[in-house]
Amino acid sequence: MNKQTIHPYIPNMVPEIKDQMLKEIGISSVEEIYAEIPEHLRFKRRLNLPEPILSECRLRQHVEKILARNANCSEYTSFLGAGIYNHYVPSVVTTIMERDEFLTAYVGESMADHGKFQAQFEFASCIAELVGQGMVNTPTYDWGMAAATSVRMASRITGRSEALVPRSISPDRLACIRNYAYSAVPTLASVTIDPRTGLLDLADLKKKMTDKVACIYFENPTYLGMIETQGAEIARIVHDAGGIVAVGVDPISLGVLEPPAHYGGDITVGDVQGLGIPMQWGGGQGGFVATRDEPLYVAEIPSLLYGITETTEPGEYGFGEVFYERTSYASREKAKDFLGTMAQLHGIGAGVYLSLMGPQGMKELGEGLLQRTAYTIGLLSGIKGLRVPVYSAPNFKEFVVNFDATGKTVKEINKALLGKKIFGGKDLSREFPELGQSALYCVTEVHTKDDLHRLADVLREIC
Amino acid sequence: MGIAKIRNYHQAHWDEPVIFEMSNPGVRGLLPPEVEEEIQAKVGDVYGQLPDGIRRTAPPALPEVSQKHVLAHYLHLSQEVLGSNLCPDVSQGTCTMKYNARVNEDLVANPNFANLHPLQPDETVQGILEIYWQVEQICKELAGMDRFCLQPGGGAHAVFTAASIVRAYHKSRGEAEKRNEIITTMFSHPCDAASPATAGFKVTTLMPLETGYPDLEAFKAALSDRVASIHITNPEDTGIYNPIIDQFTAEAHKYGVLCFYDQANLNGIMGITRARECGFDMCHFNIHKTFGSPHGCSGPGTGALGMRAELAKFMPYPVVEKLPDGAFFLDYDRPESIGKIKGFMGSAGVVLRAYAWLRMMGPDYLRECAEISVLNNNYLQKKLEAIPGETTWYAKGHRRLEQVRYSWEKLAQETGVGTEDIMRRLGDFGIEHYWTSHHPWVVPEPFTLEPCETFSKDDLDEYAAVFERLAKEARENPDFLKNAPYRCAAHKNKDPREFDDPAKWATTWMAYTKKMGRK
Repeated sequence: MNKQTIHPYIPNMVPEIKDQMLKEIGISSVEEIYAEIPEHLRFKRRLNLPEPILSECRLRQHVEKILARNANCSEYTSFLGAGIYNHYVPSVVTTIMERDEFLTAYVGESMADHGKFQAQFEFASCIAELVGQGMVNTPTYDWGMAAATSVRMASRITGRSEALVPRSISPDRLACIRNYAYSAVPTLASVTIDPRTGLLDLADLKKKMTDKVACIYFENPTYLGMIETQGAEIARIVHDAGGIVAVGVDPISLGVLEPPAHYGGDITVGDVQGLGIPMQWGGGQGGFVATRDEPLYVAEIPSLLYGITETTEPGEYGFGEVFYERTSYASREKAKDFLGTMAQLHGIGAGVYLSLMGPQGMKELGEGLLQRTAYTIGLLSGIKGLRVPVYSAPNFKEFVVNFDATGKTVKEINKALLGKKIFGGKDLSREFPELGQSALYCVTEVHTKDDLHRLADVLREIC
Repeated sequence: MGIAKIRNYHQAHWDEPVIFEMSNPGVRGLLPPEVEEEIQAKVGDVYGQLPDGIRRTAPPALPEVSQKHVLAHYLHLSQEVLGSNLCPDVSQGTCTMKYNARVNEDLVANPNFANLHPLQPDETVQGILEIYWQVEQICKELAGMDRFCLQPGGGAHAVFTAASIVRAYHKSRGEAEKRNEIITTMFSHPCDAASPATAGFKVTTLMPLETGYPDLEAFKAALSDRVASIHITNPEDTGIYNPIIDQFTAEAHKYGVLCFYDQANLNGIMGITRARECGFDMCHFNIHKTFGSPHGCSGPGTGALGMRAELAKFMPYPVVEKLPDGAFFLDYDRPESIGKIKGFMGSAGVVLRAYAWLRMMGPDYLRECAEISVLNNNYLQKKLEAIPGETTWYAKGHRRLEQVRYSWEKLAQETGVGTEDIMRRLGDFGIEHYWTSHHPWVVPEPFTLEPCETFSKDDLDEYAAVFERLAKEARENPDFLKNAPYRCAAHKNKDPREFDDPAKWATTWMAYTKKMGRK
């Protein structure tokens, strides 16, 4: 490096400034500070790293060139979902999320960071209206973490150490729950699904719902896209055995579907990514956890909770942290799980999204998703060799397509689709071998009728 | 340059209503795309397929606000936040509030990143796979570790993932039942206790010696073959570097204990000293701190978790690998993996920003970054030590690296003004409220400052001048400080005890209106 080049991010590199500062400290070199580190622990050689790209222009060109090796979901038509959704990202949401104030703030207190607290409070408030429950956390990492948190909460509330999950749960999400909940809930048993409807097998649930089981965690819509219509029966069975009902939802469905709290759910979790947050190769996630506003439940939420109050100025809202002693920031290992930097910016973005959409927008969007899904299933069902729908329950946004009768694997089909600039559905053959060669397709409001017809045309051609 | 100016500042104060108070029935903010008539005609009544009890009957009471008013509302709220890019945020010690470059935001907004689905075929995401691979290579060199996992969503999550790997490692050796304890120190981040506790370990927290240094003898006494791992920070949150850190790891290894190095405080030692040479088996970097990615009001972040080769088989799946022909792929075939700790590949946007930042640095500027951060810190310390009432706690005669835990104990004794009063008042000068300390407050009336390489000498002079003024105010008019702030977006909360009262707390508008009897 030419030491004369002053890095634009390091103002005090200028030799004269550095000398002045050293003089003020009373030392001749920073080595006198590093003398605190014994010689034998010092790293002696130069770091073996690529040379710097100092100009912003060249750096941008360099990174853009690497990114150009990606193919994106605008240039290709994508039918991938399975936890990350290609919903429309409104300009107002990105404008707010890109504001340096929100983007670069951290853990400052409520006076100078008042807007951060209020935006987060409004996010929680919007989720509360969607899910019909009065207590909502500041976001955790993602849906899997939120689901795992609900299982650990249920274990602490009930004093039980087993939990039930449906066979149709996302295996990745299950792996996340399994690892996170392990110390509290070492046993996670699977409840079978009805092979005809794709919904939870209530007889199997009754059998497995013993007095050792803390909770069931199920999802609505399910990972395979079906709307679980038996929520009230599931809740009754679980509550009768003294268990807790934790439900994962796709929040974007709640303009048209009842929230779990209305059919007996105790804890509601989900991910905010679909609510206006860009997919970012999966980086756009943020998990929410909602419960009734009861101390028994609130005491078990590990996340920060932002509450509203009033300040010393009459009529002025103030904000702060509710029940801080719960958290590991306050109580270290005695706390309810750990807490850290999680996904607050995505919560703020989701709050903006829900404020833009309002009740009418969420209803129209949900209706449109139901319509597009039904239409696409109808289109594909007419194609020889395809079995769709695989299950009889109604679908929301996602559905399973079986290709067994085509004699081709999903891998082969997706490769052919890729040649036509289409990302086919997620291959389920590894996760659900019992479904044979099946894929999970997802349609959203970004798809036009032409997109759906083109998918059908191409599939007809290649199957 | 010259005389430090104390600003005659006032933050925006919009007295903004909660957005639900701006709602008027029928007003719209955004319209979803219409469903084409042919689709509507073909599918008919889609609600017909839904049995009773599943179709939503009462719509969610979301706000009904026009687009302009939603935008204005959130712009107002943003102006009521002191992001670190706006102010000399030396304040949030342990957080490394460095400049978050705008160009990185442009890169994250690029459709070739923003609009990538994580389940796209590997051949369509070669760019982002390469970014992940490259960041891993850079982290490896900075730590001396053999592999890095970029999936954890923050530092505490990386510590949790490390604890999960510790569990898997001992299980693979048939020792999981026996080894159920971990050791940490009081000046390591609380997550070094809480994350392993969440993973099921019993936690021993060692108090420091009177000098502030970790206590080797107490550490040796705590070691046994029941200990699974140690989780320790260095420099600790006091800014003090433990010069015998290698003795801690050597002692631990005698008992077959794994050593995890919490390197959230990496900034002052990049290229100066590494985890491997200090004897650690695992470490983590907070790349949303040290590598210039923004904190986002507390996430998304990434805790890059490094480890020695023999632990790599336990990493969360999938793992980015490179084929001999240079192509990258996601390897899901990891039979001994702990499974998943986060959906997909973690906070990819944070990793992409870190890549851009690291490439703008290269080997020498990374080191320069470390050197200037310790220079800045020692300069500010010198200035603050001239202020009556301030004390630098512990380790007299030793220099701090990138941050310092200070104390206002003397000031509090003399004036009754404590660290929280000063903290609130700081906001009146356009400076973020500072970070006091993690709990418990071992150092009385603590505050922790970290003037990383981002800050200019002028920033530091301004910062010190404000502190001098505050210490003076404390003596001249202590009540004024106790009721601060006056020029921030909001005032001091009237009764913070409400936040601990179930009858009064409210984390949502739904709860608030119910408890206040409002509509």
